[in-house]
Amino acid sequence: MSAIREDFAEILKLVRPNARVLDIGCEDGELLELLTREKGVDGQGLEISNEGVAACLARGLAVVQGDGDRDLDHFPTRAFDYAILSKTLQQMREPRHVLSELLRIADQAVVSVPNFGHWKVRWALLSQGRMPETGALPEPWWSTPNIHLCTLRDFVFLCDELELRIDACASLAEGKEARPIDPRRAIENWRAETALFLLSRKAEPQPAAAPVNLFGEAERPAGDAPVRRKRR
Amino acid sequence: MTAQAPIAAGYETGGGTWRFPANRPLRLDSGGAIAPLEIAYKTYGALNAAKTNAVLVCHALTGDQHLASTHPVTGKPGWWSLYVGPGRPLDPERHFIISTNVIGGCMGSTGPATTDPKTGEAFGLKFPVITIADMVRAQAMLIEALGIETLFAVVGGSMGGMQALQWAADYPEKLFSCVCIAAAARHSAQNIAFHEVGRQAIMADPNWCGGAYLKAGVRPEKGLAVARMAAHITYLSEAALQRKFGRELQRDGLSWGFDADFQVESYLRHQGASFVDRFDANSYLYITRALDYFDLGAQHGGVLAEAFVGARKVKFCVLSFSSDWLYPTPESRDVVRALNGAGCRASFAEIQTDKGHDAFFLDEPLLEQTLRGFLEAQAQARGLT
Repeated sequence: MSAIREDFAEILKLVRPNARVLDIGCEDGELLELLTREKGVDGQGLEISNEGVAACLARGLAVVQGDGDRDLDHFPTRAFDYAILSKTLQQMREPRHVLSELLRIADQAVVSVPNFGHWKVRWALLSQGRMPETGALPEPWWSTPNIHLCTLRDFVFLCDELELRIDACASLAEGKEARPIDPRRAIENWRAETALFLLSRKAEPQPAAAPVNLFGEAERPAGDAPVRRKRR
Repeated sequence: MTAQAPIAAGYETGGGTWRFPANRPLRLDSGGAIAPLEIAYKTYGALNAAKTNAVLVCHALTGDQHLASTHPVTGKPGWWSLYVGPGRPLDPERHFIISTNVIGGCMGSTGPATTDPKTGEAFGLKFPVITIADMVRAQAMLIEALGIETLFAVVGGSMGGMQALQWAADYPEKLFSCVCIAAAARHSAQNIAFHEVGRQAIMADPNWCGGAYLKAGVRPEKGLAVARMAAHITYLSEAALQRKFGRELQRDGLSWGFDADFQVESYLRHQGASFVDRFDANSYLYITRALDYFDLGAQHGGVLAEAFVGARKVKFCVLSFSSDWLYPTPESRDVVRALNGAGCRASFAEIQTDKGHDAFFLDEPLLEQTLRGFLEAQAQARGLT
């Protein structure tokens, strides 16, 4: 068997055996299959691509073709023990809404985000004055799917705003073993290329408000609109 | 398509007409009952010793029990021959496959053309109005009579998909998995509207005789053909019609009259004319009515998820086609939402095709792969070899 992706290996450590897991953006189902095999989880995937969905089905996984931006609203509150969002939060149109949805649907969320505060990123911007292209962010600005990049510090602030507790955090780099970190330390905002968070709620979640419009589509809750916040 | 023998034909292992005694009536949603009840069915493959490999395939509006064997009237391969056979997603070497003719149908199950034992004449409009749930209740009686406690899968497309969902709602304990293809949890206003056009066409035919045409020795063929023509358009996508026919003419030049100048007209006329040979007009009325009455959410207090709360152990696979405008993808998504809301494990895929609603019985590699993948995984979970 080929080596397990470094973030998968870390997620495998975090997830309790026999848990109910929702993997958002599960691609070909590799992680879900791993979790099913190693931890006996009851898994459900959400994947947008036809190829990914077909691959998941062939692996015997439950997968729904859908979009993390649109299709989380209909999952019931606390239906899962874990919601996993691996390296795709920055590709969402509404990452703030998605993050709060993850912790409505599940008791804990496993979220990994590339850190735009990493020293390589800062250096590229400072020295060349151009959008950085790094190992974690390899595409040029005009083709990158990453439309909502943040730094480690930004992400921690968002967690605070949404009243989420950071239960664990690890720094990830390709080919290296994960390193547990304190994401509030300024140095980690320079050092961590990608950070993996285990999050939970400080307070009980509100049940899903699912008003339905004339066309049968669930409408977004009001808090979904982009909110301008004073930067700290 | 050539009329060669389907490859599953050699695997046909049984069938005929199951006749329930008059003291075992089929109770109907309308409050009435059908007794004695007859169900025409066919089986392919063999039931294993543990009785864990039975699959029920439910047919669409104008389908029947001739799933994968030559149709006795048309001589054509069974309607799902492409998906049933050795090495195919439904494999008679592994599965015990059962297909029935729905009640209200005209291929052997009790329907409006059946002789009413009280009068000695065909029921006609004296036949009670039936529902999708009634069809499923009848199937459940047959499954029980065949000695099967749990179905490995119930599979259906279009109206068959609605039956599959109804199975999950009414008999979740008898199901291991459920496949719903190109269907919906309720009939939309547009669906009802198209059906009403078809019914009006039949009833406007003077040979319909108020439903008593069999007694009069005639058949409302023109009305039924028009109903089929209108419905057939809804089974195809605009792109498929355009690709197949465009504005191509039947002959050189226009007729400057009302002959079938365009190939698409000729095609539809042929569809209508050949349909009347194999279908009964009153069955068409009754089955379209059953479809129009179908609203699984309404049966459960207006909350579709409530229909599936008993089915948390059933594994679902919901499939839609991107170009299906009869039961478009959002309808399937509503089903998936409700399944997720009920806490059921569901898979859903929208299959990209321009073949429209009818894609479910056409050669569609993505459908074949998806169906195979899902059923294979369920077979492993069920311990089938």
